[in-house]
Amino acid sequence: MMMKSSRDAVVVGAGVVGAACVHYLVRAGFDVTVIDRGSVGAGTTGAGEGNILVSDKIPGPELDLALLSRQLWFDLIDELGQSAELDPKGGIVIAHDDETLSHLRRFAAEQRDAGVIAHDVDPLQLRDLEPHVAADIPGGIHYPQDMQTQPMLAAAHLISNAQRSGRLEVLTETEVLGITRDESGVVTGVNTTAGSIATPIVVNAAGTWGGQIAALAGVDLPIWPRRGFILVTEPLPATVHHKVYAADYVANVASDDSGLETSAVIEGTRGGTVLIGASRERVGFDSTLDHEVLARLAQQAIAVFPVLGDVSLLRSYGGFRPYTPDHLPVIGPDPRAPGLVHACGHEGAGVGLSAATGHLIAQVLTDRTPDLPLDVFSPDRFEAVHA
Amino acid sequence: MPEITVDGERRQVDGGMTIAAALISGGERSWRDTRNGDRPRGMFCGIGVCFDCLVMLNGTPNVRACITLVEDGDVVTRQSGTGWTELLEGVGDE
Repeated sequence: MMMKSSRDAVVVGAGVVGAACVHYLVRAGFDVTVIDRGSVGAGTTGAGEGNILVSDKIPGPELDLALLSRQLWFDLIDELGQSAELDPKGGIVIAHDDETLSHLRRFAAEQRDAGVIAHDVDPLQLRDLEPHVAADIPGGIHYPQDMQTQPMLAAAHLISNAQRSGRLEVLTETEVLGITRDESGVVTGVNTTAGSIATPIVVNAAGTWGGQIAALAGVDLPIWPRRGFILVTEPLPATVHHKVYAADYVANVASDDSGLETSAVIEGTRGGTVLIGASRERVGFDSTLDHEVLARLAQQAIAVFPVLGDVSLLRSYGGFRPYTPDHLPVIGPDPRAPGLVHACGHEGAGVGLSAATGHLIAQVLTDRTPDLPLDVFSPDRFEAVHA
Repeated sequence: MPEITVDGERRQVDGGMTIAAALISGGERSWRDTRNGDRPRGMFCGIGVCFDCLVMLNGTPNVRACITLVEDGDVVTRQSGTGWTELLEGVGDE
């Protein structure tokens, strides 16, 4: 196969995480090639709601990552000169009963200690924030820091902005066939359907397919798909003003149950449609539409916003979140294959966590001390689990 | 022969027609204004895919005129924007 070129780094995956890695690496002076077997944002990036959330994060490393990332998102939008529909709309977590509400309040107090802004709201305040919310909801927590972006737009802007530097080559509709290593195991390049590229650094930003890319370099990375569906209503005048979701969402995200889990997650978009989620199922890469799941999502949304009961659905879409055994992403160099650097496994939080992920990867690859310790996100943390 | 009402005006139409066909045969080319910019819309794809021919039918907004058959007594109203603005007003205010 013809040797195409030699690059400082090759980023595998042109989703929002790969795009953020590209952005920060190009800004650090790297000549980069980004490769995707589909198009920009065609995987999990294009299958979600574009969440940039702190409200659903348990205090600890993922919350620290989320808080850093949220701040970096504002810088990114400034640098791009493009809004990518970034909307600091805030989130509201609601409880359906008093017991859940008291759990929520305790959880919010812990988050406040960790730097999250969280206001307890009573039913009256709740209806000020969301006039259409069901009257029987006893209260919730308002998280003004939660945001939403249009993730495909964000990924596209990040990549086209990096292209203008002249240091980025974009290879879409191109598949990585192999990752080559020398006799000591050090990464030397990638073989693709568009030829071979010599590079000392391969960034694995392949999201849900990150385990398959790792396997090409001969290392095991436990990342599996967790399916989710989203319903899309007909466009409405502004009806749902925040991201509103039920308290059981946080428990479902952290759950290790392989069965179907659904919780009401409702938010409006700039275009007027209302997005209704969220389901989580471990069914491999089976993308078959499941009407039972869609019906449950609709019922749960109507219980929170009864007005949606009369509204028509236009369509639904679905995708696969990349999850790891401990639900934390994999970020940083892989000591088992020097030159391979992971930036994947963000489950349903990839859009929100992408900015910090790209930033930290660039720090590590320029021999700076990362703003957050990366050992908790290290790819070899699973070795002990497996042994 | 079914009788329908179009923006308050009674019309006799042939049974088995779609709402869109009934409107077009009455000389209408547009029966909706877009939610951004109030631009006129009527039938485009004709097969229920493009959602351009939306109309208010018996109080329900966003009905696709091209795939909905007329029924005797139907009340067809020109739709503005999402069609939901008036319907949502007052909901939730108690």
